[in-house]
Amino acid sequence: MLARPGLPQFEYVRATTSVGVHDLLSTANARLLMGGTDLFTQMRDGVWRPRVVVDVKHIPGMQDITMDPGGLTVGAAVTMNQLARHPAVQRLYPALAQAASSVGSFQLRNRATLGGNLCNASPCADTAPAVAALEAILVLSGPAGQRETPFYDFVLGPGRTVVGTDEFLIGIRFPAQPAGSAGCYLKLGRSRMGDLSVVGVAVVAFRDLAARSGYRFRLALGSVAPVALRVPAAESLLAAEPPHETNLAAAADLAMHAAVPISDVRATAIYQTLMVRTLTLRALESAWAQLQGAGR
Amino acid sequence: MDDRHRVTVTVNGAQFQQTVEPRLLLSDFLRHDLGLTGTHVGCEHGVCGACTVLFDGQPVRSCLMFAVQADGHEITTVEGLGTMDQLHPLQEAFRDAHGLQCGFCTPGILLTLIPFLEDNPNPSELEIREAISGNLCRCTGYQHIVDAVQLAAQRTSA
Ligand SMILES: Cc1cc2nc3c(=O)[nH]c(=O)nc-3n(C[C@H](O)[C@H](O)[C@H](O)COP(=O)(O)OP(=O)(O)OC[C@H]3O[C@@H](n4cnc5c(N)ncnc54)[C@H](O)[C@@H]3O)c2cc1C
Ligand code: FES
Ligand code: FES
Repeated sequence: MLARPGLPQFEYVRATTSVGVHDLLSTANARLLMGGTDLFTQMRDGVWRPRVVVDVKHIPGMQDITMDPGGLTVGAAVTMNQLARHPAVQRLYPALAQAASSVGSFQLRNRATLGGNLCNASPCADTAPAVAALEAILVLSGPAGQRETPFYDFVLGPGRTVVGTDEFLIGIRFPAQPAGSAGCYLKLGRSRMGDLSVVGVAVVAFRDLAARSGYRFRLALGSVAPVALRVPAAESLLAAEPPHETNLAAAADLAMHAAVPISDVRATAIYQTLMVRTLTLRALESAWAQLQGAGR
Repeated sequence: MDDRHRVTVTVNGAQFQQTVEPRLLLSDFLRHDLGLTGTHVGCEHGVCGACTVLFDGQPVRSCLMFAVQADGHEITTVEGLGTMDQLHPLQEAFRDAHGLQCGFCTPGILLTLIPFLEDNPNPSELEIREAISGNLCRCTGYQHIVDAVQLAAQRTSA
């Protein structure tokens, strides 16, 4: 029986090795597929009309989570649920685990991948702020071998990344976190569960004797700029002066001033701006409480 | 371009070999090719959850997958849960607690809840609401669905 009209025809290639994939990508009008949760809706809405769809999630390593002294490596096709329930990710990279568990619904998280979320490069991608705050390195596979790019260079704008037409993402490397690191991801959506974010805030914090305050905070905002936004002014403030109530509030103000949201179907710009301050303050307080708890 | 694929899929324990076009959605494959119309299709955008099936035991949106991707995998649809004479205990609890009205959302909700209840035999109300947060129901207001899940959990633990 024929498919119902809806999707135009294409060829499906299930790659089990990266050999040949680069050639295919550079010669055909091809689109990469992992969980498909973005690609499907985009194909149905006519954004992409690929001739070939290349499923790369069965290439060895793409679905693996590995830990070593250098840090954590997440295969590009690791799903959100895999990340969210991984004990070591929960313990050492809580911002990432929480961001992953905030994406869509449970059924969606069984398919949606970390790599797909980053490559789709939506301004409201929930894992982007956590990946930015954790200073992850993205590993791309190309015809000449692998290359690495820090996440802060990776996204060029909404829907645009540095991935070349003959390349694909194979993994995301998270540097080892200092012992006792704290972190969290807070998301505001229109409903408490299952919606895209209106504002997302990721915080990572740890003791650092090289900082004057003795602590280092990394703060990144989602959904309020074309790309996930680090807030260096707030980070410097908290590295210079020991965090306390007034300092955390001042840092949250700096975050609010850094945000450049636009009004859309989900929220007005002014609401998003104000919510950046509220969520940032809560996220900083939570990370600070975790650090103090760990120090005791 | 006629690039058809031969796929072997196990659905509700039975093996099917079919030839499919790559663009055929898993949801349409189940409904039209196999005639298993218990899998409902609402939004076809991954939002409503009506099309939820178990893919190797895990709930997924069948409208966001191609049939070719199911090659070599196991799928459970609502037809695989119980029969008319012998409902699955969860289906029975839905009937007894009025967990459905029109029933459009029900297959997706049942399949979402089956692995959930295996992992959480005694869920709290919040956990139940969280578990079905990816399934839209336009009729019940969810309260009776929550009641039904609690009833099923009680009966299993009793
Ligand atoms: C109902 C619904 C709710 C959603 N809710 C959320 C939410 O709350 N938060 C959120 O952040 N997102 C949400 N999303 C978006 C989506 O689920 C995520 O962005 C998801 O992580 C994408 O991953 P994927 O594996 O499905 O990507 P795919 O759809 O497989 O791919 C995404 C894009 O990346 C390209 N691509 C795929 N693989 C590679 C690769 N290896 N290298 C380079 N490019 C590649 C694809 O061609 C495509 O353009 C939602 C989507 C739906 C349908
Ligand atoms: S029809 Fe698949 S989620 Fe709505
Ligand atoms: S019972 Fe009608 S949609 Fe849920």
